[in-house]
Order: sequence, then structure tokens, then C-alpha cells
Amino acid sequence: MLTMKNLSKVYRTDVLETHALREFTVEVREGEFVAVTGPSGSGKTTFLTIAGLLEEFTSGEYWLDGVDTRGLNDRQRSRLRNEKIGFVFQSFNLIPDLNVYDNIDVPLRYRGLRGAERRRLIQEVLQRVGLSSRVRHYPSEMSGGQQQRAAIARALVGRPRLLLADEPTGNLDTQMARGVMELLEELHRGGATIVMVTHDPELAARAQRQVHIMDGRIVELEAEPVLVGQGSVEGLRRAFGRSA
Amino acid sequence: MFGYYFRLSLRSFRRNIILTGLMVLAIGVGIGASMTTLTIYRAMAADPIPGKSARLFTPQIDNYGPVNLGSDTKAFQTADRLPVSLTYIDAVAFMRAHAAPRQAAMYATNVAVTPADTKQLPFRAPARATYADFFAMFDVPFEYGAPWSAQDDAARAPLVVITRQLNDRLFGGANSVGRTVTMNGDPYRVVGVMDSWNPEPRFYDLNNAFDAGGADEVYLPFTLAIARQIQSNGLSCLKSVGSGWQALLASECIWTSVWVELPTAASVRAYRSFLTNYGNAQRDSGRFHWPTHVALRNVRQWLAYRQVVSQDVSTLVLVSFAFLAVCLLNALGLMLAKFMARLGQVSVRRALGANQRAILAQCVVESGTLGLTGAAVGLGFTLLGLGLARGLFGDSSAVLTSLNGGDVAIAIAVSVCTTMLAGLYPSWRASRVQPAWQLKTQ
Repeated sequence: MLTMKNLSKVYRTDVLETHALREFTVEVREGEFVAVTGPSGSGKTTFLTIAGLLEEFTSGEYWLDGVDTRGLNDRQRSRLRNEKIGFVFQSFNLIPDLNVYDNIDVPLRYRGLRGAERRRLIQEVLQRVGLSSRVRHYPSEMSGGQQQRAAIARALVGRPRLLLADEPTGNLDTQMARGVMELLEELHRGGATIVMVTHDPELAARAQRQVHIMDGRIVELEAEPVLVGQGSVEGLRRAFGRSA
Repeated sequence: MFGYYFRLSLRSFRRNIILTGLMVLAIGVGIGASMTTLTIYRAMAADPIPGKSARLFTPQIDNYGPVNLGSDTKAFQTADRLPVSLTYIDAVAFMRAHAAPRQAAMYATNVAVTPADTKQLPFRAPARATYADFFAMFDVPFEYGAPWSAQDDAARAPLVVITRQLNDRLFGGANSVGRTVTMNGDPYRVVGVMDSWNPEPRFYDLNNAFDAGGADEVYLPFTLAIARQIQSNGLSCLKSVGSGWQALLASECIWTSVWVELPTAASVRAYRSFLTNYGNAQRDSGRFHWPTHVALRNVRQWLAYRQVVSQDVSTLVLVSFAFLAVCLLNALGLMLAKFMARLGQVSVRRALGANQRAILAQCVVESGTLGLTGAAVGLGFTLLGLGLARGLFGDSSAVLTSLNGGDVAIAIAVSVCTTMLAGLYPSWRASRVQPAWQLKTQ
């Protein structure tokens, strides 16, 4: 589904060169739920924006669902993004002028679907995330958890092959975070491929696989899932590079 | 997607109502100022007889010579010091030469009309003494009847063509062809009733170029008017004239004009040649003691030559459009601020699949919608401006200060196009946003 080989990303200014990703190689298979962890500034979000075709990389290769993304123009990248990728952001990023229905409608508009088809897809996804009764609500009229559900609905409505989530529970309290996480897990069980960036070791542990990034490089891959309550806390601390 | 972008624009306006209001006001004031002056300019510079203006010509000849007019230089009214009217001698000579397929000498006058209905009082009506070709040459439409004929011109027949307004007044709008109108105490038979016809500006009578109240109501044969000694309204003489009608006809006073229809370039060349030859003949005969100086101008050239659109009005139009540019510059700044404040939303849209062109299109449609709203406000200001102009210049300027469908369309087009143009840079900036950076910093 997602393959990066020796990928690097360098931000250059007149006086400074910052290597956000170095010789970065990773593969995410179809149907996987991968957690990407690492300290602030390690390159997690850069990885996610490159994976989401929002940013270009300096060198290396990136294949998305069998498509080589090198050399694609803006229109091709946007089309690929629209058809294959769904984004979930930490701060929800719902458009405040639009109600839930219209927010979810945005990616379908850019895909050029007809009205009836859009309505059908939106109704389906609203039922799936449990927001059918909030269709006409504006973001400011909903709780954080509901807003994130709406954002997930917007990410899913176009039936993307890959869901990219950047700290999806970062702005939510524990109860709401649990609800959103359960929704992501349910989506994964339904066959969705999910890549989730998180600081939270407990959430990372609920993923099928973890990728740890440090200074723009993958430093550790855990092949086996570590379930909260079953794995050792000390092991998790080691994995995230924190002292006990 | 246009409808979608349009609806997004309206939502955006509602969200930033004060900022939007400021932009609309800036555009509206600019459009109002520019459209007020442009409306007046367009009315002045309009082609009064589209399709024929290039084929209708009026000749001029210098019968004054290099005289010193002292402080009376305005008598010429022209830069090349050619008299703007003709003497009776020259007008009749041109008509007799018949150097054009259609030709009509004419002069403006007034007649005292005595209604058949004795309950109505006699009144004076503006009139024009001319030839039969006047009507065909100027495409005058008829409600009833037809013009008199060339034979009637030659026979000095007491015939008359009246306007629909006069026909309403005298005959209650009925078909009056064949009925008699008493003018200056003499009976005239009505041969035709004109339909509505009012070329603007009135190119053949620039003394009443835009005054609807000064329009002729009666048309009678030139030859008959001369025979009945019906005096011209305007007379310009350099020297005193002997007493009597014949002395006036033989004088160098100018009070007539001639219009001819020349359908081809060859006929124009031939008429110019005729004019020059005529001038040379007059000089050879001892009438003129100066080099021959003649001119032949079509309608558009004639209006420009007579400066129907004054330089002041042209300058005012330029100034008002410069003002519009300043207003748009303000709107551009506000639009830039508005679009830049929305970069987060733009990034989200990019993340959801919008390409740069889609973002550009959305912003340009929003600019256009702003322009459309600005046009509505601008039209309000235009009506206000034209109302003020009418107050300043009086009712005779009604033709100049009225807004027609074409003016409204121009106002909307100017507003939408210029605002979209002003919005291009902010739109381009918005479309070029790096979504990754915006999303990282949120």
C-alpha cells in the first residue's frame, strides 16, 4: 500500500540545512494499522505529510498503492490524494463556515461526483460514525469528540485506501479519546489501512505495528502488537526512549 | 463547481460581514464615480445613426476667408476656422449640382401652428425646412403616410410631415394624412406622420444636440420655406446685410447646412473633388480672394470636429477611472488580508483533494461575487451621481443623465471584471500555499 525507500527530506534556507527524514525506508501493507511514534521534531509529521502527498521529498522513492509518486504534477498528486488518502488531524480542521454535512461533502466535490451519489455516501458514513442526528450542526455547536468523528467521516467518505491520522486524540479528553480510538480500531477491523502518528504510548500499543522515528530515521520496528495491559510497561518506555 | 464556489463565497461574506462590507463599499464608490462619468460620456459619444454614420457627410466651405474676428473668434467654433454652416448660395449650388445620390439642404426655423380645433390656442413649433431625401437618408420611420417627393420639392408644394407628438396634439393620434394644418396662416397638407425618432446626439442640429425639447415637430419643403420667406432660427454674418429677403439670400451669412449620402469610397472622393472644384470656381469668379478651403466630414468626424464630447468630460472619465483603480487597490488589500487569514482552510481543502487550480477558481469566483455585489452598490451610487448631474445641468440634460440597459450591463461587467482582476493576486497567493506547513503549524 505504502512503500518508502531511502527517502530523505531536507529543508534548506540560505544558512541552514535541516534533514527532516534521512534514508527513510518503510512499508505499510494493505489492512495494517501502524502507529508512528517518536519525540517532537523527530520527523513524524513530515513523514505523514509526504505520505499524504502534501509535501514533496528531496530524494528516494515513494510508491502509493502501486503508483510511483515521483514527478507527479499538482493535479495528479491532488487527484491521488483525493481518491486514495483520508486525513484525520489533531485539531480536527473542520471548516467552520460549513455544517457537518457540507464538511463531509468537500472531498466528494473535488472528486466531481454527482449530487445523488454524494448524498448516498455521506448518509452511509454518517451512520457509520454515529453522527446522523448532527448533520446540520456547525463545528462550533459540537463537542471535541463529535468534531473528530465528523473529521473521520470526512476522511472516510471517499472510501480511501489509506487513512492518515495525525495525533487524532491529541485534543480530546480521555473518554472522547477512547471513543475515537475505538472507532479507528473498528475501521481497521473492517479492512482499513491506517497510519497514525501519536505521542501516546498507550494508543501506539493498540496499533498492529509500531514505527519509531528518531532524528528522521526509523530506529525500531516492533513486528508484534503490544496490547495495553498485556505488554510490559518497562518495554514500552524503552521503545519510546524514556527513562523509567 | 461554479455554483459550489458561488455558495461558498456567500458563506464567506456572511462570516466576515464587516470586511466584506468595506470591500463592497470601496468597489461601489469607485464604480459609481466611473459609471456616472462614463454614462454621460457614452451618451455624448454615441453613434446617432449606427450603420449609416460612415456614409453620411456634411460639406463645409470657407466663405469668410482670413478675416480678423477680434474677440468674436467663437463665431467659427472650430479649430480650422471653417464656418460650420453654409450660405444659401452654396447650399443651393450644392443641391443643383446633385453630386451625391442623396442630398438634403436644411435649416432650422419655427412656425406658428393654428389648430383646427378652435378651443386650442395657436402655438409655436420647432420646424425644419429640408428636402425629400432627408427622410430616406436619415432612415426616418413613419407611422402614417410617407415623405413628400423630389417633384414636390421642385414644385414648392405646400406639404408637411409632422411628428407623432404633434399629430397627437392636433389630431388626437389619428391618421392625419391628407388633412390640413395651418402654419404661419397658410394651409399645408399632411403627407406623413413620423414615428418615434430622436437620434442622439442630433448630429444635423448640434445647437440642440441633446435637448429633447428642441426637437423639430414640423418638416416642410426647403424650396417652399424659401418661397414663403420663412426665416432661419440662426444667422451668422460677418458684414451687415442689406434689407429684404433677397438680400439675405444673396449674402455671405451662414444659416443652412447640407447633408449628403455617399455610399462608396469612390463617391466620397468624387464629392471632395467636386467641392474643391466648386471652391476654385468661386475664387476664379472673384467671390473668394483666398485659397480654396473645403472639408467633407462624416457623422463621427463631424461630432468629433464639433467637440460634442468636450475635453473636460474625457478628462473627467479618466480621473474617475483612476479613482476606481485606487478603490480597487484598497479592495485588493482587503481581499489579500481576507484570503491570507483563511490559509488554514485552504490547506485543509488541499489535503482533501483540491488542486491549486481549484483553490484559484474558488477565490476568483469569490472576487467576482464581490464585484457583482459592488456593482449593485455602484449602480446605486451611479443613479445618485446622475441625479446630481441632472440637478446641476437641468432637465435638458435628461438624455445624458439617464441610465439604460447598456450602461447597467457595462457597470456590472466593469465591476465584476476589475474586481476579479484585483482579486487575481490574492487568489494566486492563496492557491500557492504550502498545505503541509499550514497544517503543521495549526
